[in-house]
Formats: sequence, structure tokens, C-alpha cells
Amino acid sequence: MTGPLGTLSELRAQLDGRKTSSRELTEAALARAEALEPKLRAFVGFRPERARAEAAEADARMTLGERRSALEGIPVAIKDNMVQAGEPTTCGSRILAGFVSPYDATVVTKLRRAGAVIIGRTNLDEFAMGSSTENSAFGPSRNPWDLTRTPGGSSGGSAAAVAAGVVPLALGSDTGGSIRQPAACTGIAGIKPTYGRVSRYGLVAFASSLDQIGTFTRSAADSAAALEVLCGHDPHDSTSLPEPVPPYTQRLSGDVSGLVIGLPREYLVEEGVDPGVLQCVREAVAELERCGAKTREVSLPHTKYAIATYYLIATAEASSNLARYDGVRYGHRAANAKDVGLMYRRTRSEGFGAEVKRRILLGTYVLSAGYYDAYYRKAQQVRTLLRRDFEQAFAGCDLIATPTAPEVAFRLGEKASDPLRMYLSDVYTVSANLAGIPGLSIPCGFAHGLPVGLQLLGKPLDEATVLRAADSYQRRTDWHSRRPPEPA
Amino acid sequence: MSVEAHVHYEVVIGLEVHTQLRTESKLFCSCRVRYGDDPNHHTCPVCLALPGALPVLNTRAVEFGVRTALAMNCTVHPRSIFARKNYFYPDLPKGYQISQYEEPLATNGWIEIDGEEPGGRSFAKRIGITRIHMEEDAGKSIHDAAVTGGGSSHVDLNRAGVPLLEIVSEPDLRSSTEAGAYLRTLRQLLRYVDVSDADMEKGHFRCDANVSLRKRGEKEFGIRNEIKNLNSFRYVEDAIRIEIERQARVLDDGGRIIQATRLYDPATGKTRVMRTKENADDYRYFPDPDLVPLALEPAFIERARLTLPELPERRRIRFESDYGLSAYDARLLSVSRSLADFFEAVVAARVPAKMAANWILRDVLQALKEREQEIEETKLTPEALAALLGLLDGGRITAKSARELLPELVDRGGDPTELVSVRGLEAVSDSALIERAADEVIAAQPENVQRFRAGEEKILNFLMGQVMKKTGGKASPGAVREILARKLKA
Repeated sequence: MTGPLGTLSELRAQLDGRKTSSRELTEAALARAEALEPKLRAFVGFRPERARAEAAEADARMTLGERRSALEGIPVAIKDNMVQAGEPTTCGSRILAGFVSPYDATVVTKLRRAGAVIIGRTNLDEFAMGSSTENSAFGPSRNPWDLTRTPGGSSGGSAAAVAAGVVPLALGSDTGGSIRQPAACTGIAGIKPTYGRVSRYGLVAFASSLDQIGTFTRSAADSAAALEVLCGHDPHDSTSLPEPVPPYTQRLSGDVSGLVIGLPREYLVEEGVDPGVLQCVREAVAELERCGAKTREVSLPHTKYAIATYYLIATAEASSNLARYDGVRYGHRAANAKDVGLMYRRTRSEGFGAEVKRRILLGTYVLSAGYYDAYYRKAQQVRTLLRRDFEQAFAGCDLIATPTAPEVAFRLGEKASDPLRMYLSDVYTVSANLAGIPGLSIPCGFAHGLPVGLQLLGKPLDEATVLRAADSYQRRTDWHSRRPPEPA
Repeated sequence: MSVEAHVHYEVVIGLEVHTQLRTESKLFCSCRVRYGDDPNHHTCPVCLALPGALPVLNTRAVEFGVRTALAMNCTVHPRSIFARKNYFYPDLPKGYQISQYEEPLATNGWIEIDGEEPGGRSFAKRIGITRIHMEEDAGKSIHDAAVTGGGSSHVDLNRAGVPLLEIVSEPDLRSSTEAGAYLRTLRQLLRYVDVSDADMEKGHFRCDANVSLRKRGEKEFGIRNEIKNLNSFRYVEDAIRIEIERQARVLDDGGRIIQATRLYDPATGKTRVMRTKENADDYRYFPDPDLVPLALEPAFIERARLTLPELPERRRIRFESDYGLSAYDARLLSVSRSLADFFEAVVAARVPAKMAANWILRDVLQALKEREQEIEETKLTPEALAALLGLLDGGRITAKSARELLPELVDRGGDPTELVSVRGLEAVSDSALIERAADEVIAAQPENVQRFRAGEEKILNFLMGQVMKKTGGKASPGAVREILARKLKA
């Protein structure tokens, strides 16, 4: 079997040194994906012919000495909730059966213009709702570290693909932790930038005010290179931020001396966290201190309301965002319904899975007359308080360090019947979405033989500092170089 | 409503008007706003609500909204919020309509209306404007059942996403006539500020009416009914009148009004219940997270204010004071902005204001009416009319010739001076010719000459007419009068 592909920077060096071609890398990625797919189920679909053609074009450009970006000729994967012209988009749902997008998401346009080669689309929890990919209509993806476990979710397919060395870069979306938690579960780097930093145009909406596209890579330095391509203002997305994008890779100085890392009292003593996880995170913070960073305790007093707030806002938005899947214009439509009401009912009953239905019902309820003030409006008020918590905390520190998830990757089926327990997987990650701040997860050790994630949260638009700290840590540790065993 | 009902009840009416803004493109995407093209031709991922598509606000529509709000004396809010109104319908692609709810574009304005009730009572009052907000239109459903009797339905999304303004009045209207006057004034204003064609027949201007009755002297409003589907001025007035009578009958019989939404059927002249309050839809409004709050800089609002034309009410008053026109003429001339502009351009070309007003209101309007055209659709320029009236005023042509030339100027345009000489329409002041004609008339009309000489002075006008006739209408009336008078007194 084809071995794992190198990291983004390794492949870049090989391409620049003419040691390999985009065509070769693309073939290798496709071959490895095909070989692993029966075990990993990381992908929903591939586009081998178009990928080969694009790789050939990239090779032709590189032969002429033209290199569009650090991603030129690099095989990548995208989560199957970002549309690409001519390709199906399923969002892991039966309701989008047969839908082929006529247009490109802005991130797809950016990848294409950068010369990247998209080989396929990765598996996810249906409409990105979940923390394990078990809610995909196409079945769950597996964790390369232990095939009986989930890779996390909802971007589990992208995480598994990068962790298993199929591609060096995959895109995910993070609404409440859907990049960071699977990155932690699979021992790779995952970053959710500031809300509005990467355009959402063409990202199928789950919860519009929380959704943000980000990346999976093996190292923080690779994340920096990818974000330089993906970030930036987009006139098609009204919530996209106009601020210029800093050259993230040039900010990777390896120096964290003087940086103040805040340790939130509420996160590090909270019950329900695996002691092994907490131990790894404490050691990672100690390592950053040895590099010259300072730590101080900070407080995020409204943390205990974060999960409730998140599930009120996210479901409310989802209930409205998913109304367009009505069988009228595209996707699944129930057969033989004798009137339009019945057509809606059957189409949506047949098309959506249980978790999506649960969230649509919850979201419809919290927006209903008589409940709006008690739930949705109240949740927005608490959201403001959470945002204020971070503003106050960041007045005294540059970064905040926490575990990414309360435990290591769990077994498939372990929480599938207990949605509330599943929701708690996001306990450390949802606050960053509610506050709109950047967050990253990098591997910082192992507990029970499985990777543990360190989460670094930054000030709004300060991805550069988050990446610099993560990169500095990775220059002194090798957790990110550990690879899962090759599946038998 | 019967006279007796009027005695017992006070009518309370508030109107909600939806008017389509005349922007080039839709409210949240760059698709063109156009009708009559193939179904679903003007669509894109955004207005088709494809997965992943996002709305981007059309600034021009905002400008139109602000202009309208200012013209209606509203407070324009520096911050307003777009909200989603959630409901399922096949021609509503996203499953929600983007509208404004808790924080609209503008609130708290008024317009002045006046008119006359059928009984002769005249009214002039200020009608409050509760709010003005922006929203997108839905598409159109076409049901085979209604067309061919078939069982399928089709959806045309060309209209989906077209910008609308919703203008909500205070419950200040007290009769169907007042409601009609309000709508006409509103339409005039929308056309004046050039934001909407406000054409009811084309569905650009739609109205829902809230109607209730209360006992005279009572402070509390009665239970209201909302009437939808009012797509002509007549329907609005008829439907309101019918609803007032229905409610009065219910109350007279000791019954209670049940809050409901009703549909007006012009074929039967009746309203019927569409839904009652109990089964009213819950639209689950919430702020649209895909759009940021609409923040309007004071400079933006000021710029919109500067682009406002002089509004009809102001202009009417100025026409009276500046040009000495009667209130009646001033009103007619200021009805449409283009006509008022035309009038002022004619006056600016040195035509006496009253002469310009008379000619425009009588002859020009008559020509427009015959052609079913607006002034700007014709070939008639203010300069040409001014030249024509200049020729008339200077005695170079007669009024009859001027009237003859007008239709040609309306239909084909041209230079009046040239036309007069080509057609040989110069007024004849050649006294020899007039004297000969006068002599002939005096010889042919001995009886009338006798009556004039006996002191019946108004016979002179008749005799003048005879002389004019003989000269083919080209004789200058002044010269005819002078020569004829001299000869008769001789």
C-alpha cells in the first residue's frame, strides 16, 4: 500500500525541489485513500479525473517556474458541506440526494486559484450536527488511531484523512468545535479562525452566526500557510471581515517569551474531564513556560452557561437554515404526496436523520411565540456576557489554554444514544464560537494510548499569535510527528 | 355604511402597503428585476436558495427606502435589523422571507391627505406612518388547476428577492374614501421621489387593510379584521365599505367581531375568512445572522435628503404663491412630478404662468388623455410649447392655429416657428384683407348690424367670428375687432 503522504511543508519542498510532481502526489493520495477507505470511511466522494487534470495543470505551471501559492500542486480534501461546481454536495444527508452544485464556494475558488488539487469530499455528521460523524447518512468515519473509535466530529472525515496521511491538508467547518475536537481526537492541528475571517459563501449553513471554515494539517506551521490562502474579505459574505490578512507564516518566529497565557479557573478544575487529558494539558503549558511564556489564572465566569446557550442559538438558526430543504427545487422529494403539505412532511421525514430532526424541533420551539424571550433572546444576552468574559480575560493575557475536549476519542456507539452526553464533548470549544474568537487544537500527548488536544484561544483576529505559540511548542515537542499505526 | 351606522360607530382603518422598488437588481443578489421573461430566467444561487448561498444587501434599495422615509417625514434609524420571517411555501425558496421586524428602517412619520366624501363633506388631515421597512418579495406559484384544470403547480422565481417597501399607516383613516385618498397620495409621493412605479395593476403596489368599528366616544379600538388581496384602488374602497357594513350589521345584532384575516373577492363583492387569530401563523421572527445590522451613516441619510425633489404639497403651495395660480390649478399641475417640471420649464422660457397653466391643463392634458401617455412619453418639449405660446402671445398666430399645431408637436415634435411658416399659419394682420372680409360680413348680415347699432354690443363677437371664418382663422383677433368696430360705427 502507498505509505502516508508527508506534511504540507514536506510536500512543498519536494515539489519545489522537483523531487516529485503534483500528478504523482495526487495519484498517491488517491491510491492511499482508496486503500484505506474500507477501514476509515473518511470520504463521501472522490473526483479522480478532475483532480488528475488539475494536478497536470499545476505541474505545467511549476515547470514554467510559476507557483501560485504554497498550496500549488498539493492534494487536499474538503468537507462535504462546501459546494463545488459540478460536484454533488450531500452534507452527510439523504435530503440532498442528487444535488449537484452549479457554483463554487469561495474557499473552493481560493483553493483552485492557489493551485491546490481537491481530490475528494470528506464525511461529516449530517449538516455538521454532531461530535462523532456517527450522524452521517453514509455511516461513521473511523479514527486511524483505533478503528473502533470515532475520529470526533463533525469534521471527522477531514480529520481522519489528514491523520492517516491521505492528504496533508483538509478543510473543515467549526460551529461548536467541529474542527478542534476531531483534531484533538486524531492527533493533528485544527484551527477555527475568527468568525468572519474565512468566507462562508458556499458553506452549507448549520448555524450562521457560529459557522466558520478552518483547516486540518499536521503542524501549526502548515495551518499558517493554508490560512494565508483561505482568509480574507469576501463581498459575497456580509459577515466576512474586511481587515487585511497578515502573513501568518512570517510571524512564526519560534519565540514566545513574554507571551502571557491565561489559564481559566473554570476550565481546568471543571468536573467531567479525564485526568489523563488534564495532565497532558498541564505539561504542555509547563513546556510553553519553559519556552519563556508566562501564565496567569483568568476567569470566564459564564462558562457554565455556554453549552445551553450554544444549543439554543445553534438550533434556532439551524431550524431556519434547513427550511430550504423542502423537496421543491432540488434534493430528495417524497414520491406520490397528494398535496404540498404532505410532500413537505414526507420529504423532510424521509430526508433528515434523527439528530437533525431533534435540533430542528428544538430550534423551532425556542423561536416560537411565547418562548422566544425566555430562550432565544435570553441566550443572546448570555452570549454577550460570554463575549465580555473573554474581553476581560484577554485584557490580562495574550492567549488562553484549555483542553480541547474533556476526554480522548470515544468508542463508536458509546454516546450515540445519549445526546446530552454527546453535547458535552463540546464543553471547551463552544465558547470560542459564541465569542467569535480564534481557537486551535494541537496534539500535546497521549492518554489511554490516544492523542490529547491542547486548545489555544486567541483574541479576535489574532490568529498570528495563536499560530506562533503552537508552532513554538511544536518546535520543541514531537507529538505532532507521531503517526497512527498503519491499519492492518 | 348607512347614515345610521355612521351615527353609532366610528370607523378605524389602518393600511399596510407593499410597494416594489424600481432598482435594477434584486434586494440580496445581482439578478435583474424584470417581468415577462421566461420563468426562472432571472435567478442565481442566492435567490434560488441553493445550499451555501448568502445574501448581500443592495445599497440602492436602501437609498430608495431612506428617500421614501424622509419624504414621509419619518425618523430614519441609524441602525436597523433584517429578520427572518419563517414559513413554508413553494414559492418562498429559503423557507423564510428576509424582512425587518423589531428594528425597522424608519418609524413615526406622516403624510397629508385631503378629499371629499361622496356626501360632500370635505376632509384634510394628517395620517400617521407607523413604520417603513424593507423586505424581499416571494416568487409566483402558477397552478394548472386555475389555468388548464390540470393537477400540477409551477413556481417562477423571477420575482423572488425583488425589493419591497412595506409602509404601515397609523389607524388614522375614518372612511373608505379617506383610505382611497391616502393610497393615491402615497402613490403620488412614491412616484415623485422616483423610487417605485407604484402601479397597482402590475402588482407593484399592494394593499392590506385593517378595519374595525367602535362606538362613538369610545377610546378602545374595536376588534379588527385584516383584508388581503386588494389590488386596485376600487377594490380597496369597495372592500373596506363592505367590511364596514358587515361589522356594523354584526354589532347592531348584538354580535361580537372575531379577529380574522379575510380575502376580498371582487367577483362576489364579499370578503371571506382566510384564517382566524386562533390558527394564525407563528412566523418565528429572529434577526438574520447572515446579514449584519444595517448601519446608516448620518452622511448617507443627508445625501438621500439632498436627492429628494420638492414634494407635491410644497410645490402646490409654491405654485399658488409664486405664479398666482388658483388652488385648483396648482393642485392639478403638481399631481405628477413630470407635469410640474414641464410647467415650470415652460414658465422659465418666459411664458406668462397663467397662460402656461391654462394651456397645459386644458390642451396638453387633453392630448395626453387621448393618447394615454405621460408627458415625458411624448415628443412635446417645454421649449416647443413655450415657443408656440410665444407666437400666440405676440399675435403671430391665432389660438386656433396654436391648437391645430399642438397635436403635431405632441406626436412628432418640431420647431413651432418653422411649422407656422411652412403651413402658412401666420396670423393675417393685412388690413386690406380683413377690411374686405368685414365689408362682406356687414353686407351679408344687415339684421345683426342693425342690432349692434341699436346698442346690443355682444353681437360684435358673433360678427367677429364671421370675419375670422372668412379669413380661414388666420386673422389676428385684435385687428379684426378694431377694423370691424370702426366700420360698424361709421
